[in-house]
Amino acid sequence: MRPVAVIGVGKTPFGAFPDRDLRSLAVEAGEKCLRNANAAPGQIQSFYLGNFSGPAFVGQNHLAPYVSTALKIDGVPATRIEAACASSGSAFYHAWTEVAAGINDVVMVVGVEKMTSQTTARTSEILAQAGDCSGEMKAGNTFASLFAMIARRHMHDFGTKKEHLASVAVKNHANGALNPDAHMRKTITLEQAMKGRPIADPLNIYDCSLISDGAAAVILAPLDRAHEFTKNPVRVLGIAQASDYVALDEKQDITTFPAVRLAGQKAYQMSGLSANDIQFAELHDCFTIAEIIATEDLGFVARGKGGPYAFEGCTLRTGPRPINTSGGLKAKGHPVGATGVAQIYDLVQQIRGEAGERQIPRHEIGLAENLGGSGATCVVTILGAQ
Amino acid sequence: MRTGVVYTETVIYSAPEAFANEAPYQTAIVSLDAGGRVTGRILGDRVQIDDHVVEVEDRGGVPYFSKA
Repeated sequence: MRPVAVIGVGKTPFGAFPDRDLRSLAVEAGEKCLRNANAAPGQIQSFYLGNFSGPAFVGQNHLAPYVSTALKIDGVPATRIEAACASSGSAFYHAWTEVAAGINDVVMVVGVEKMTSQTTARTSEILAQAGDCSGEMKAGNTFASLFAMIARRHMHDFGTKKEHLASVAVKNHANGALNPDAHMRKTITLEQAMKGRPIADPLNIYDCSLISDGAAAVILAPLDRAHEFTKNPVRVLGIAQASDYVALDEKQDITTFPAVRLAGQKAYQMSGLSANDIQFAELHDCFTIAEIIATEDLGFVARGKGGPYAFEGCTLRTGPRPINTSGGLKAKGHPVGATGVAQIYDLVQQIRGEAGERQIPRHEIGLAENLGGSGATCVVTILGAQ
Repeated sequence: MRTGVVYTETVIYSAPEAFANEAPYQTAIVSLDAGGRVTGRILGDRVQIDDHVVEVEDRGGVPYFSKA
């Protein structure tokens, strides 16, 4: 296996953009990424697109060549990967395998979702297709209600409190307020976060990530060729993808995500690092409880202690291990198919020292955790400075 | 009818399009006394984790439980 580096990244702002279509978002991110990598479209040897549900959201299928040809990347393999909200994390993982294995040198990944052309109720229904539609979803569940049931059980088993969940929302809103590309740039107080409109008990509107439009892109190359493109490549130190049951009721214990633990362990093993070495992270906070459980499953804190860990400020930008300095899915936004690559973008910004007002002092080693559904797919990536 | 214990539950206020006119409603994952778990709806009084429930009907493959 060859060492692999990120040689360029690009991203659109995240938000509700009624005048933009899926392809124009993907092309904007892709073109920015090509410029960032000082690469020409003709140099891309393989193309991956992460997208959850273009067919349902915008009525378009066959999306990989639909986007790659618009980027003037002609003739190469163009492959779409769907893994719910981990679609582009998984696309990134598969691009990495191609480069690491020596099949191709310069591989591009774009993640995109155009969600806001549908109503919230219809969007819930489309997102629900990432769950088990023959069981849990048929009973009237939504992703918010599945994570609400996870939160309930976590509260029951470990004494996690509503304030703990709310503190995650307050932190991520504070970070998002400093991110010029974030969907929501509004700080909130703990009191506000506690009293939001109920969505699915115990989760309220502030516990839920946003429905957004947006795209993100990244280009990978072998480390020994990276300097042909950029002065500041970022190395992929470890990466793994893991899977688990789609239906929540098939899992033994819903207060932990085995796919996160497995992907995390494998990524740590590949990098030769442990949880203690991770200086900062972008975690998949589709709901506040998901960020809390991820800190436990990745070994940042002991099982069941993720609530107090967040509440006591350990994950603040100024804390010992900043989490979601981008604002996370909560405030940066969550165009689901774009999220995995957007997390890579955010790690790269911090590692390169280009995070502006959000820049943290210890930024050499970062981890991204991208979760699909209620934990059926997880991709964990560890990036490091050269 | 099947009986079991509530493993977890939630009350849904923001429902998908197909169920919007029924909100708010309660769903739960029930650990069945006969083994295994199933996701269903709760009819009648709200239930909490560890409450005993009994299946009262089946609507199109979705089990509906009530407090035992």
